[in-house]
Amino acid sequence: MQNKEPKLLLQSAPMLRQQLTTPAAMKDVWIALLPASCAAIWFFGLSALLILLASIAGAILTEWVFTASEKRRFALSDTSAGLTGLLLGLTLPPGLPLWMAFLGGMVSIGLGKVIWGGLGTNIFNPALLGRAFLLGTFPIAMTTWGAAGGPGDFFQIHSSNLAFPFMQAEVDAMSAATPLGLMKFEQQSTVLWQLFMGNTAGSIGETSSLFLLLGGLYLLLRKSIDWRIPAAIFITAAVFSLIMFLIDGHRYPSPLFTLFAGGLFLGAFFMATDPVTSPLTPKGCWIFGIGIGFLVVLIRLYGGLPEGMLYAVLLMNAATPLIDRYTQPKIFGRKS
Amino acid sequence: MFNFSLSSVFAVGQRSLGQSFSHGVHPAHHKEQTQDLTIQRVPFVSRYVMPLGQHIGVPAEAVVKVGDVVQRGELIAKPNGFISTAIHSPVTGKITDIGMHRYVDGSFKAAIEITADPYATQQFIGQPIDHSKLTIEQFINEVQMSGIVGMGGAAFPSHVKYSIPDEQQITDLLVNGAECEPYLTNDHRLMVERPEAVLRGCEVLREHLGASRVAIGVEKNKPESISQLKKFLTPDSVIDIVPLEVKYPQGAEKMLIKSIYNKELPAGKLPRDIGIAVNNVGTIVALADYFDQGMPLIERIVTLAGTGVEEPANLIVPIGTPIRDVLDFAGGLKKQTREVIMGGPMMGSPVADLDAPILKGTSGILAFTEQETVRPAEYPCIRCARCLEACPYFLNPSRLALLGKARLYEEMQEKYHVMDCVECGACTYACPSNIPIVQLIRTAKDNLRKAKKVTLNAK
Repeated sequence: MQNKEPKLLLQSAPMLRQQLTTPAAMKDVWIALLPASCAAIWFFGLSALLILLASIAGAILTEWVFTASEKRRFALSDTSAGLTGLLLGLTLPPGLPLWMAFLGGMVSIGLGKVIWGGLGTNIFNPALLGRAFLLGTFPIAMTTWGAAGGPGDFFQIHSSNLAFPFMQAEVDAMSAATPLGLMKFEQQSTVLWQLFMGNTAGSIGETSSLFLLLGGLYLLLRKSIDWRIPAAIFITAAVFSLIMFLIDGHRYPSPLFTLFAGGLFLGAFFMATDPVTSPLTPKGCWIFGIGIGFLVVLIRLYGGLPEGMLYAVLLMNAATPLIDRYTQPKIFGRKS
Repeated sequence: MFNFSLSSVFAVGQRSLGQSFSHGVHPAHHKEQTQDLTIQRVPFVSRYVMPLGQHIGVPAEAVVKVGDVVQRGELIAKPNGFISTAIHSPVTGKITDIGMHRYVDGSFKAAIEITADPYATQQFIGQPIDHSKLTIEQFINEVQMSGIVGMGGAAFPSHVKYSIPDEQQITDLLVNGAECEPYLTNDHRLMVERPEAVLRGCEVLREHLGASRVAIGVEKNKPESISQLKKFLTPDSVIDIVPLEVKYPQGAEKMLIKSIYNKELPAGKLPRDIGIAVNNVGTIVALADYFDQGMPLIERIVTLAGTGVEEPANLIVPIGTPIRDVLDFAGGLKKQTREVIMGGPMMGSPVADLDAPILKGTSGILAFTEQETVRPAEYPCIRCARCLEACPYFLNPSRLALLGKARLYEEMQEKYHVMDCVECGACTYACPSNIPIVQLIRTAKDNLRKAKKVTLNAK
């Protein structure tokens, strides 16, 4: 093939492209996380803002350092590294020392993404991998929760936030139990309305189901995420916990509590739906979501920790390649 | 889901006409630029080039020599074997060269060059043929000698489609007026301006194929086509006009069969295996013209559109006219033009030489400026599955592209059935990371075909 028209391009068909690009899809997720991030800062004050910034900075810096210099600008242009940092930050407790949040961001990108080969190649959700690392390394700091304050306490920073690098945090005077912790260890339920609004103790971004729901609905409307995954998670978690609730209503929480407490909303809308680490096929998405819904309730009810979303998603991430292999679509004109 | 069950509940008779296939994409159709433009005739120019291999199959064999004087419509190359077709002179003039000439893709192909006689009347030679007296063998032979090929773009010799093995029976003739490619309106104008010829061609072909019913599928964005065809329909006609959902690739053979008859053509089978013959509406009119007027395939309708052409138009162009002359007739290209496409924007090919000729399969010449031709940067696949939702064949383009980049062609074939892909490009259209999925698939298919040839030769 030789081009006799030097002014003309020779690009093979199709000529047309739909409007959405990958960086724009990432931007949609940023927009969707905006209400929950703002709510986090409203409830937990400057501490929350600093933690988010620290984990985002850790993530972006790691992407920058570990990407070949000629590809740096390009690798950062899709904003996925910063997004991972934000997602990680939203899963952290408000009193966490900032250097831990920063380190978490570094591990998320370094071990969660870069070593697999960069965007699109990782098996596990990078943000959750970072959180799993922090939870394993700093169990006390990661499970010490400050109570949600309000706009009045905005400038009150948890003293533990400012711990020097590699120094353990002092135990915060303001520590409080999360609704899931109360439920697990004291069989004490929290008012649903509080859970829904987010005015409870917990990780900074997971407490407000309302604002996470807003963001999730935005992503669903934009068709940025597969609706089957959150649907399967909610239905499975609700049904499973209803069965347990009916068996023993004193020991086990109600389905509504299961849905609105802890990281279920954050995980279902923003972690499990990460396209890179979730199945490709519609059938696969159902299996994946059902698996998460089942595991999260199982871990919450029987596990050593009150929250199970983290490991539920990571375990199903591990199953994704297998799910994909066995749920290939039936090709037109072929028998399965 | 709901839609599907609803339409099958209310479907009358055995067929449930007018459903749609699953998946596919919805590009803006951009037909408003040319859909109301009446077909005009391009004047004769001085030089014509007729490539001998402009159809699928064996190239035709020249029956003229340099210096011969030929009439418009005269045979200049005869079919070389069964899967080959005849070529006629589009113009009265003199053969000035038989040799290698530039093809649209920039390569050289064997072609006959004709220099037009500026003083000729350009009446075509040819007499109407009474098709009713022809046996099926004679009919097939006539179609082969008429040079008619599939006019939708593939340019597959039509007579091959009409030769049905004895044990098979065609029950349905399916006429493709979907025209799902954006920008193109040549089929639409044909249906609007010559509905009788469409219906007449349907009748001729139906009779010879022995089909009992005819369905003409037209996308709903062409209401004028639908109403014009319906206007000329007799009450006792066996022809159905079926409005189809506007969706790409509605005009792909298997999709059309699914949409109209709700039948899934098994992989590796031809439509005739399930009793259906599919023809483009342009092909049908070419047939009508051949039998009614004796006019072989020497001209066709071409849509000129896109942001890069000065005056969009629908034109009757003698086949063999250089693209540049056609563009010049419509005011030429805009200065900012960056790309010229032959065919539709989804499946057409880029034009490497504007002096290359219009072919039998050229449905449009599209020109685009910077804005449409700049592609966003390619990002890694984020497994968003938009390509899976786009693929009308339910393939896994995401996986195929990944394997294609790793050149694991055997795995693409054995596990993911890459050969079932018809290269409609819906996956590539849908990809937010701008991965050249269909291009990778084409490369894989080429390599697999070559490997197969090598193995066959070795045996």
